[in-house]
Amino acid sequence: MSKNKESIINQLTQKPWEPAQVKVDNLHEGKTFNLHVGKLGLRYLMVVSTIMFCLFIVTYADRMVYDDWVRMPEPFLLWINTLILVISSFVFIRIQLASKKNNFEKARRELFFIGFLAVLFLIGQLLVWQDLVQAGYYVSGSPANGYFYVFTTLHGFHLLGGLIYWAMTINKVWKLENIVIRKAKHTIELCAIYWHFLLAVWIVLFGLMLFS
Amino acid sequence: MAADSYDDVAKNKDSIPSLEVPPQDLYHAKSWWTKYIFCQDAKVIGIQYALTAVAIGMVGLVSSWLMRMQIAFPGVIPMEAGAYYQLVTMHGMIMVVYLLTALFLGGFGNFLIPLMVGARDMVFPYVNMVSFWVFFLAVIILAASYFVPGGPTGAGWTLYPPQAITSGTPGGDGLGIVLMLVSLAVFVIGFTMGGLNYVITILQARTRGMTLMRLPLTVWGIFTATVLALFAFPALFVAGIMMTLDNMLGTSFFMPAIVEFGERLTYDGGSPILFQHLFWFFGHPEVYIVALPAFGIVSDLISVHARKNIFGYRMMVWAIVVIGALSFIVWAHHMYVAGMNPWFGFFFATTTLIIAVPTAIKVYNWVLTLWRGNIKLTIPMLFAIAFIITFVNGGLTGLFLGNVAVDVPLSDTYFVVAHFHMVMGIAPVLVILGSIYHWFPLITGRFLNERLGRIHFWVTFIGSYSIYFPMHYLGFMGVTRRYFEVFEGDNFTYSIIGINQFITVAALITGAVQFLFFYNIIVSSKFGKKAGKNPWKACSLEWQTPDVPPTHGNFGKDLPVVYRWAYDYSVPGADKDYITQDTPPSAVANAKAEQT
Repeated sequence: MSKNKESIINQLTQKPWEPAQVKVDNLHEGKTFNLHVGKLGLRYLMVVSTIMFCLFIVTYADRMVYDDWVRMPEPFLLWINTLILVISSFVFIRIQLASKKNNFEKARRELFFIGFLAVLFLIGQLLVWQDLVQAGYYVSGSPANGYFYVFTTLHGFHLLGGLIYWAMTINKVWKLENIVIRKAKHTIELCAIYWHFLLAVWIVLFGLMLFS
Repeated sequence: MAADSYDDVAKNKDSIPSLEVPPQDLYHAKSWWTKYIFCQDAKVIGIQYALTAVAIGMVGLVSSWLMRMQIAFPGVIPMEAGAYYQLVTMHGMIMVVYLLTALFLGGFGNFLIPLMVGARDMVFPYVNMVSFWVFFLAVIILAASYFVPGGPTGAGWTLYPPQAITSGTPGGDGLGIVLMLVSLAVFVIGFTMGGLNYVITILQARTRGMTLMRLPLTVWGIFTATVLALFAFPALFVAGIMMTLDNMLGTSFFMPAIVEFGERLTYDGGSPILFQHLFWFFGHPEVYIVALPAFGIVSDLISVHARKNIFGYRMMVWAIVVIGALSFIVWAHHMYVAGMNPWFGFFFATTTLIIAVPTAIKVYNWVLTLWRGNIKLTIPMLFAIAFIITFVNGGLTGLFLGNVAVDVPLSDTYFVVAHFHMVMGIAPVLVILGSIYHWFPLITGRFLNERLGRIHFWVTFIGSYSIYFPMHYLGFMGVTRRYFEVFEGDNFTYSIIGINQFITVAALITGAVQFLFFYNIIVSSKFGKKAGKNPWKACSLEWQTPDVPPTHGNFGKDLPVVYRWAYDYSVPGADKDYITQDTPPSAVANAKAEQT
């Protein structure tokens, strides 16, 4: 039995000097949460990213209330790119289901599809940039333009980082015979969580630009 | 087989088996390169961090010497105003970010966390190694700014726009400011990787029996500071990116419509105040990112060298956490003179003063720990006591500056310089120095030379006071900071010139004695008196390793099992005046730990 299910508050209010508590503490396994370090690490990174994007959004909100705020157009291609991310998340759910059933052949196939979709999304974003630049919406043209390019760039970099982990996931699933299956499942799960996170971030950013 | 259930423990079977949590695949170095350069052992990474931070810190130290020479003895070292501002800027940024932050979290964090929590290494050793090299890259980028046309930025360490990126500021229209911003962004990326390791290792990789409330306060300080950095550094990152874009691509995030040398620039509509908010949302927690590890470390130094358990352990932990939380709602006290709604100022003045409560609790607890302790005036203890005095002095002047009505006339005077140097410059440095004397035997297996150490301490302590105490008077007399030249005239009396000269001489001596310290480190690491195992008779786990200095993997075949907190000193009934954390109850059957 472990004490992993205790909340942080409970742990901080313990009285470690009391004899009864001492006996309980001596058997503590040393974990604060009942979570794999990889999953907790991913949460840590997602929190850092979320804070960063939140700060950008705060500055965006601060700037958009001024009279000289001029909205950017939202090219239709942005909707298609959003759809690509939605499909990616959906595919990842299928991959997770497949990996749970130990159907790694299917998981492997669909992981490649994820990579294809990610590259497609990035190309789509570059095409949006090209359209906007050709239409005269330069980064220095107005504050809204600046934010649009910053948001899309940072989101794109996050996706590129995700592709590195995706490559590691492919590698683990590819060499399945050499490693423990549990590790492959775990890696797939982390990759899926990150992809869902990227979709959520994009929807918030896109929605912000759309409705402001 | 021994106990692994509550029932077994209840039957007093206290030899609990070690538990490898989780099983770690340690990377074992195969060559000199992977053992000493691209190493994944947290202890080596900690030393790499420390050496890099101290190396760039020397640039900061020499910068301060040159600044002081210009202020006290203008003309002795020929210098233009621009060069002076570059020195001021680089000194501030180097000392705060690249020396103190990197040394406390990257240096002490890496070396101590796995050892103190009973882990073999950090949970992500490869990421940890990359973290150091990204930090190293950040330092190289920063140092590169000395060699670009126009030199480094001279915008002041706060890098306020619009002046930071306009051509009237040194480095403002060249690569100086760009390299500074890029370096900071790279630093944040590297730190995020390191922080990931510190936080997850402390939360998830402690050894059996090491509950959160049995952690040494050093670990609590480093942990909370890392969490603060996790929330605060993104603000610096965001501000850095936006200012880089303003500078490089002509966006107007922070740049208002502005005329430069009679020419209207293309900027329009940006908000410099927005940058200040972002900067200080990072900048104030940064004070505690530096201070909290110092709080934690000094608690351990005092307890070990006074042979007494830390007074009010639980309150000390909570105080660290509360100070950390409050540090996020005080940032605008750095901006009183920027102009703000009076209610806004009232709010930030109130929160600032509230921080004094948990901070005072810590000070009282340190003093009460010393009270009737068996105080050994070792060098670490001298530095620890010096820290308490210095921190109280610096903290008290913080109460002045936290109030809007008092801050406004004192703002931008030497009173402010004296305040922040005392509270977040000298105080943490005293802890760093004390902790190096304390843990040097663990790192090298040898003591630092005692005589040189005492000279180092007294010159550093008296010298620091000689530098910063008079600065308060300069501030009261209205001497403004950041002035390139201070000479006798209508505004400055002769006494100010004299005080400045005194301060400069003290700064030169205090700085020079640090080289004696480096000499001591180099010589003692080779020829110092052998320390043996656990020379300070400390309770925490880092001293209980089978090998001194600890080897890769830290704890030999089995991880230790923890049965108590890290402060069982002078326990009534015990044979020795300390009981290590891994001593089972049966080995100290007569000890009455609950009476300590």
